Amino acid sequence: MTRQTARILALHGGLLAVLFAAQFVLPAYHHGNLARIMVLASYAIGYNILFGYTGLLSLGHALFFAAGMYAMGLGIQYGGLSPAPAFLAGVVAGALISGALALLALRTTGVAFMIVTLMFAQAGYLTILYFGEYTRGDEGFVIQTAQRMLWGINLSDPVNRYFAAFGLFAISLSLSLWMVRAPFGRVLVAIRENEDRVQMLGYDTYVHKLGAMVVSGTISAAAGAAYGLLFGYAGASFASVQYSIFPLLWVLLGGAGTVLGPFIGTLFMFYLIDLSSGVTTAYMLIAGVVLVALTLFAPQGLAGEVRRRVWRGLP
Amino acid sequence: MELGPYILLASLEGAVTAAVLALTAVGLSLVFGVMRVVNIAHGEFFMLGAVIAWWVANSIGGPPAMGFAAALVIAPLVVGTIAAAADMTILKRLEYDPERTIVATIGLLYILQQLTLMTYGPDARPVEAPFNQRLALPWIGRTETGWEMYYPWGLSTTTYKLAVIGAAAAVLGGVWAMMARTRIGLLMRATQADRDMALAFGIPVEKVYALVFGIGAGLAALAAVLIVPIQQAHYLMGADPLLLSFIVVIIGGLGSLPGTVVAAILIGLSDGIISVFFSPTLAKILATLLVGLVLVFRPNGLFGTRAP
Repeated sequence: MTRQTARILALHGGLLAVLFAAQFVLPAYHHGNLARIMVLASYAIGYNILFGYTGLLSLGHALFFAAGMYAMGLGIQYGGLSPAPAFLAGVVAGALISGALALLALRTTGVAFMIVTLMFAQAGYLTILYFGEYTRGDEGFVIQTAQRMLWGINLSDPVNRYFAAFGLFAISLSLSLWMVRAPFGRVLVAIRENEDRVQMLGYDTYVHKLGAMVVSGTISAAAGAAYGLLFGYAGASFASVQYSIFPLLWVLLGGAGTVLGPFIGTLFMFYLIDLSSGVTTAYMLIAGVVLVALTLFAPQGLAGEVRRRVWRGLP
Repeated sequence: MELGPYILLASLEGAVTAAVLALTAVGLSLVFGVMRVVNIAHGEFFMLGAVIAWWVANSIGGPPAMGFAAALVIAPLVVGTIAAAADMTILKRLEYDPERTIVATIGLLYILQQLTLMTYGPDARPVEAPFNQRLALPWIGRTETGWEMYYPWGLSTTTYKLAVIGAAAAVLGGVWAMMARTRIGLLMRATQADRDMALAFGIPVEKVYALVFGIGAGLAALAAVLIVPIQQAHYLMGADPLLLSFIVVIIGGLGSLPGTVVAAILIGLSDGIISVFFSPTLAKILATLLVGLVLVFRPNGLFGTRAP
């Protein structure tokens, strides 16, 4: 193990250790918040694989998040599944839908890719509204406590919920860290930097982008399924454009193309909105201002600035 | 009502939609064509136009025609100025990088929308039309006594709706004349054709960009002022015009003005007729899927010739 690898493992392992220990000291309110942030950060990690590492800006990730959430929720509600197979159904749904969308959307690049993903996600959102009889549309439906017993563990209990969220986050973070240091992830970064050159070197860029989109969509769907399961609610608003913009915002803020960036961005943005919603109901104003300010002044994000100034080897 | 008069009514309503849509979409298309910027905040400029129209009409008072006429001038000017300012402060500094400008205009969308929510509030408010005469329309059909012209119940339009169609046509003619016949139009076309060459020939490209962004937003605001007596002003009203304008611009060929107008008429009319037969949600699902698929398989748009 080189020194570089040791430092990287220490940093990311250290974050996980701090998060694990945090639950014993945090007051109840922040304890609940942090569980939510870890699930949402997993969503952002999924988004970051496509946007930060592969350089494909998707405006339709809410489709994958909602696919996981609804496959899980509808499976429990109407299929009578228990949480474990329902969660699996959510993950599989995410993999299938992201694979299908990738086959279509990867025929385009740049701006067209953004609009195509936006349009298909919008169609998905409208489809959820259209089948309002089952999905309950914007109102959504509650997943009862009795339906959220995983192997006899009650997932609606705060401590168990924190553990489950931590587990999901730890898996997503490790997967993302391992992937970007593996040859597959290296090729993705190369595609981001110069796709033509990668193609000329003999790599099949299409297959790599397809793989990145499926991994990204699957992690997003897992986060969506976990969100529904842990917080007991599935609603159409999670499929709206806003939920495609959020991961973009978190990743941009934390630092696109860094492993820790999604978590940092989600943490900051969550508390920014949490604090501002005490002052005004128009909390999306903050999101808008942060988006504009980031594109203007810090396109690298927080972790990106650290990488630029302090530690160039930050993965 | 029989089917025939029903379809006539639907296409009349569709023509009003098409007129307003054509104005909004031409604004979006102009910005994309000249600046290569996808303006996600375009729908919010439309919304701002409607809200400012309400505000102007309300603070002027007097007869509805006076307030409306004032709104027709003031709203596009104010919105155009805001847009030009946004261009100079934000988009210019991003050097019009396509992806970063999309992210920035998404931010702009939320800023404009939420500021409107904070000042104007969540209510939908109407603006009174300057004139609104109901016109019954005749229909020729077979009655007991043979073919006859009669006035079916419910088949009618208003003078105001006809005026909207006329006004939109006049403005579109004006935009065409500006692009084809004036010096500033020439500068815009030169910038569109080759930015660097235009710059080399001493064309103030940055000023042209600010102007185009302002005109694009002003056209959306104008369309909103025209529609606001029919449809009320609300802070979330920008989403549908944005989606429809996107559909129109993509189907009409990215950046092509004549294609945009043709597509707007097509979409506006078929929207009126389709919504007679399908539920609005299903119609929207089909429309969004259509845009996505057109972009995947015909990236230059259905009528487009140039690469986007």
